[in-house]
Amino acid sequence: MSEAVIHDDHDDHHDHKPTGIGRWLFSTNHKDIGTMYLVFSLIMFFIGGAMAMVIRAELFQPGMQFVDPQFFNSMTTVHALVMIFGAVMPAGVGLANWMIPMMIGAPDMAMPRMNNMSFWILPFAFTLLLSTFFMQGGAPAGGWTMYPPLVLQLGDGFPFLIFAVHFLGISSIMGAINIIATVFNMRAPGMTFMRLPLFVWTWIITAFLLIAAMPVLAGAVTMLLTDRFFGTAFFDAAGGGDPVLFQHVFWFFGHPEVYILVLPSFGIISQIIPTFARKPLFGYASMVYATASIAFLSFFVWAHHMFTVGMPLAGELFFMYATMAIAVPTGVKVFNWTATMWKGSMTFETPMLFAIGVLFMFTLGGFSGLMMGITPVDFQYHDTYFIVAHFHYVLVPGIVFGIISGVYYWMPKWTGYMYDEKLGKLHFWTSAISVNVLFFPMHFIGLAGMPRRIPDYSTQFTDWNMIISIGGFAFGLSQLILVWVVIKCIRGGEKATDEVWEGAHGLEFTLPSPPPFHSFTTPPEVTDATAHS
Amino acid sequence: MSNSQDAYFIPEPSRWPIVGTLALFITFIGGAMMLNGSGFGTFILGFGIAAIVYMFSGWFSDVIGESLSGSYNKQVDISFRWGMSWFIFSEVMFFAAFFGALFYIRVLSVPWLGGEGAGFATNMFLWPDFQAVWPLLTTPDMTLAGVDTKYLAIKEVIPAFDVPLVNTILLLSSGVTVTLAHHALKKDERAPLCWWLAATVLLGFVFVFFQMEEYAHAYHELDLTMKSGVYGSTFFMLTGFHGFHVTMGATMLLVILVRSMKGHFSAKDHFAFEGVAWYWHFVDVVWLGLYVFVYWI
Repeated sequence: MSEAVIHDDHDDHHDHKPTGIGRWLFSTNHKDIGTMYLVFSLIMFFIGGAMAMVIRAELFQPGMQFVDPQFFNSMTTVHALVMIFGAVMPAGVGLANWMIPMMIGAPDMAMPRMNNMSFWILPFAFTLLLSTFFMQGGAPAGGWTMYPPLVLQLGDGFPFLIFAVHFLGISSIMGAINIIATVFNMRAPGMTFMRLPLFVWTWIITAFLLIAAMPVLAGAVTMLLTDRFFGTAFFDAAGGGDPVLFQHVFWFFGHPEVYILVLPSFGIISQIIPTFARKPLFGYASMVYATASIAFLSFFVWAHHMFTVGMPLAGELFFMYATMAIAVPTGVKVFNWTATMWKGSMTFETPMLFAIGVLFMFTLGGFSGLMMGITPVDFQYHDTYFIVAHFHYVLVPGIVFGIISGVYYWMPKWTGYMYDEKLGKLHFWTSAISVNVLFFPMHFIGLAGMPRRIPDYSTQFTDWNMIISIGGFAFGLSQLILVWVVIKCIRGGEKATDEVWEGAHGLEFTLPSPPPFHSFTTPPEVTDATAHS
Repeated sequence: MSNSQDAYFIPEPSRWPIVGTLALFITFIGGAMMLNGSGFGTFILGFGIAAIVYMFSGWFSDVIGESLSGSYNKQVDISFRWGMSWFIFSEVMFFAAFFGALFYIRVLSVPWLGGEGAGFATNMFLWPDFQAVWPLLTTPDMTLAGVDTKYLAIKEVIPAFDVPLVNTILLLSSGVTVTLAHHALKKDERAPLCWWLAATVLLGFVFVFFQMEEYAHAYHELDLTMKSGVYGSTFFMLTGFHGFHVTMGATMLLVILVRSMKGHFSAKDHFAFEGVAWYWHFVDVVWLGLYVFVYWI
């Protein structure tokens, strides 16, 4: 019924792979594009990580050590942009590319050529962004949030920053449209919406967020561009505008962006915890509704990033209560994961360790988030190391650990070989310990008043800063283990079975490891028994 | 879901995505260099835009070829529909950012600068002579700096019941003509299809022409420019981006017209036509918002 049609008018046979550089440059294959996304993400993770190392080296002691303040500020700014847009988002899209067609029983993504363009934009967009380091005036140094009027003072790099953001936005929107079209239109017969694996669900909702939020960011930076070059006055009070307007528009994008980053990670651990607890996910439907609620609410909380900017009281109160409301669906998810493990036959392979790490440490980051959601209290925490501790807890052990757990979980499926479990466990324990040494003391120095984005500090913060820096270097080094595990796993090892894990369910585990070049040329029939639950 | 008679079309490896990426990359580099004041940048920008046009024509001729050869089944058609719908939604959100900015400025920040609510101190200490009115003809800066002001005063704004009203009628009529063209296509009547489409394209380009005339009038006679404070900023940002979208939409309609004249599309299978028609209606609706909130009230 369907075997020959994929290569209708060519003579190549079913599992023929294109060869050479063209296989990658011109690819229309979701697995190859997914691999490119993941490799790119790993490279950017180390580039952004190197910038973090510069920051921690400079902050190891008070006073100026290695870099001048302008460059330090470029490091904090570009570290954030690289990690958010270059490491975490592409990792999520890479996993989506690899897994969604296999999980829903599709031959590929809905629009394979557009999929290729979504990926290839990324390296070029980051070339635009990183080239600013070599320009007059240096790289962006006004913070990744690009607040005017500070960002408008950037030198020749300014239009390159703006266009890099536009470029990345184009990539994200095309990627999101593709994922929605794929899930809506390419599901195998019987794969109803409420049978979708949770990872697919979280990605549809993420894709909605991307399509709604990224254009708003494009609008915000476009207004920056015209303010700088065409004499408009959007963000200049002297012309009737308001710099705070930028913050509103930016965070209208920025808060949904937070969930764009985290929801795929939630989806990943919702796949992993049931596998290693050998129990179906507790409260599947409530997980779906909780994810959708989080996404919906994320559009009504943006100004909690701006409590100290001087908003009217009604605004402060509204955004405080709306923020508190998000804790409810998030709590539903945390309790569901915990209940999934309750009385399960648990084993603790590396993916499960990382997933449990997410559960504990994301929740910790969530708690400090609740603290800052309380408007009067936030007046003390705002722009201190407390917020740095908060968002790094949710981003690193919350999101990056989630992505890493997904990589360990599905890597045997991708390569056909089991990874080295001993090295995996070593990677987990070194990362989990060092990440806490790195970020936990930031709460203390933040509460004590150390401001963020400053290259020097008062001497009473020295001890904790040294400990933080040591934790930072240890965390950075620990990630080299991941690279070693991945390379080793690609080169060989114990053969992985189709199912890979004893308790694994889902269509991706019905395919061979590694799967054929085109996943499901004949759509499988999905029934309640073969669906995830 | 895959219950159609044949399998989903997965294209062969294609060079168009990477060509498109490079074209955009060159365009952005050229644009950034031009803005930084390099004359060479303009040249690179032009080359980049030419490359984008080349990419679009190449990519779409591949797609049209595949469509005509019958590679696309019903399921592919549905993918295109989802794709176009969500693309239009992303455009809605793009305009939402600028409309949001307009509302924030009109409802909150300009009254605050005029001394209302929490803004009384700003007004008292920085610009005591500034009065918040909309349309904002004089900026806070003007009340202090006089003729040396960074933002020049506006003599007059464009009245709503003048050319903008004509433009509203033009665009609304074009929405009707494109629908008439669609009805003709569904009845497989080729001649009325082409005529109504041609009328739509014409109305679109006449709209753009009037818009350009309006800009010239604003710049030369009314002193309404991008540099005349936040009224000029919002006015030109919103109408400018809309005008750009009308130009794009009219160009897309022109392509559809040429394809209709070549005999492409059938009464049942004509997604390209519908996608462009959706886009055209979207541009139309945005204009209504613009007409009400930028020109009229």
